[in-house]
Amino acid sequence: MAEREQWGTRIGLVLAMAGNAVGLGNFLRFPVQAVQNGGGAFIIPYLVCFLLMGIPLLWIEWSIGRFGGRSNNHSTPFILDSMDKRRLWKYIGVFGIFTNIAVAAYYCYIESWAMSYILHSIIQTFSGMSQEQVAVFFTQYVDIGYSTTGIPFEAIVFYVICLALNTYILSKGLSGGVEKAAKIGMPLLILFGILLSIKGITLGDTGLCKDCNSHIGLNFLWNPQFDKLTDLKVWFAAAGQIFFTLSLGMGTIQCYASYVRPKDDIALNAMSAGWMNGFVEIVLGASIVIPISVGYLGLDWVKENAGFAMAFQTMPYLFTQWGAFLGTFAGVMWFGLLFFAGITSSLAMGTPWMGFLQDEFKWGRRSSAFTFGLITLIMGLPTVFFFQEGFFDEYDYWAGTASLVIFATLETILFAWIFGINKGWKELVQGSDMKVPNFFKPIMVFITPIFLIIILIGTLITPKGGDWGKAFSEGYELDHGSLIGKLLHADIEVNRAWFSSNFESPVEGNVTELHSDNEFHYLTISASDIEQTPHTYSKPIKNEPSVAIGDHVKKGDALFKGNFINPIFYLDLARLMLLGLYVFICILVYKAYLNRKKARL
Amino acid sequence: MTTAALIIMITVQLLVTLISGYYFIKILLAKPKQEPDSYSEE
Repeated sequence: MAEREQWGTRIGLVLAMAGNAVGLGNFLRFPVQAVQNGGGAFIIPYLVCFLLMGIPLLWIEWSIGRFGGRSNNHSTPFILDSMDKRRLWKYIGVFGIFTNIAVAAYYCYIESWAMSYILHSIIQTFSGMSQEQVAVFFTQYVDIGYSTTGIPFEAIVFYVICLALNTYILSKGLSGGVEKAAKIGMPLLILFGILLSIKGITLGDTGLCKDCNSHIGLNFLWNPQFDKLTDLKVWFAAAGQIFFTLSLGMGTIQCYASYVRPKDDIALNAMSAGWMNGFVEIVLGASIVIPISVGYLGLDWVKENAGFAMAFQTMPYLFTQWGAFLGTFAGVMWFGLLFFAGITSSLAMGTPWMGFLQDEFKWGRRSSAFTFGLITLIMGLPTVFFFQEGFFDEYDYWAGTASLVIFATLETILFAWIFGINKGWKELVQGSDMKVPNFFKPIMVFITPIFLIIILIGTLITPKGGDWGKAFSEGYELDHGSLIGKLLHADIEVNRAWFSSNFESPVEGNVTELHSDNEFHYLTISASDIEQTPHTYSKPIKNEPSVAIGDHVKKGDALFKGNFINPIFYLDLARLMLLGLYVFICILVYKAYLNRKKARL
Repeated sequence: MTTAALIIMITVQLLVTLISGYYFIKILLAKPKQEPDSYSEE
């Protein structure tokens, strides 16, 4: 029988909500977006987007959640159904469960890396390694056939432990599990973040290279390029950052808010959680990765390599520069911080599924938490096995990017236009502990939906390089990373069949090297353009090369003969799994609808 | 660091810290609503 869920304390709710929003992107995505989009000037479009899209959407999702909770609905299919009885909304609401399971499937994998790297920091695995060796260590770690600790299938073991921990905490319920984890995780995350930020700001000149100085890194991040403010790309980047950093369009905020009673505040809670996320991102996130990396590796290196991979492929090396004790401590803090940022988000991802099962099928906490763990494991294991084949990235794009924008746009239209802004506003201000400015009403009706529709269109038909200014002035060309480009596999020009008897050359050039060892043939193609680095391909020894040294090959020419499973197969398999999950949840929602209908008769 | 970068960094980080702190303190100081409310321990 389902136990009644309830938050323990208001602070616990706010910390859980902030923990849901704070994720790895706060430390890794924000600083990279800032340096690529105007430095210090990026903060202007960032704050404008926060005001016009972030805050209104937070309030919309909190209001939707609490409204649904009035009729005992705690997951988006039936929360949306309580707002408009047209049956379509139930199935749109499926996004609010689907996205969470699909994202948790690969997000828990990142969490498990952080967990494993805490252990490696403690046992000082990275001590004495060069930057390249630390990067190679990560590649070996995600290769499941390789063990860095002697534990067989190490990556899988850590992934399963991480998922089991999430399941256990979820089985303890909202106040006994999720809230307790947030009350421990968030203060520790902020403490670790502050300590690492202080180090980042005070590191200064390390003397390791000409521009190895953390202040140059801070300058790189904060130096305002105001001319960039007229570039549409910068505004798109800011809107995207705000959208993803606040965990909007996922269904988790609605689920958490559905456990708040109508007379209690939601407006101030939403503001506090939203700004807390901003603090972690702007104050802490901006003061760790970029300045510390520039301090040890120089500005040029960071300009070339800034990105998500730095967390696991660069930071451990930087910490070893601080000596054994401090380096270990910093490693534990950094990966601890990432782990807490991850787990407070993944726990939030489990609650809509649990709420759905508890509401509709009267399942208990334990069984609903267990099924979340099981489905996440089934969905997630392929991301572990086929990480290098692009399975992980495919999930991230369709579930962690595209679905969020689609769902947020639709729920905003529902809230402001179909449910009605007057009813929605009444829900927002009821029990509020702050005065909600009235000018947000027209913003919610007009500006926020327009922002979201623009982001949705931008996601659908992104121009080449995401550069809208260029697209308007010099002509439009579809980017391969746009939703339509992705759907058509526009970035894959050769080896487009799932299975083939030839491996086709992805580049044009001359075969300059061909050698074999006991296991593999290695073939190098150097393009005629000397600026391009040569491409080396390796295939198992059973596959015969179709070319010889000195041959000129064109894109699409056969390089090896044999039986090949091309990466496109794994990408399509990932899509089929996601589609299967969506359909499965739709079937459950339909079953729940029939149960409700039967109960009414 | 250039003066412009330094000013922007300090201003933005201070502003965001103050606003975050302000809303958080406001929650800490808010009067609890009459029981039964949404929270089991308050």
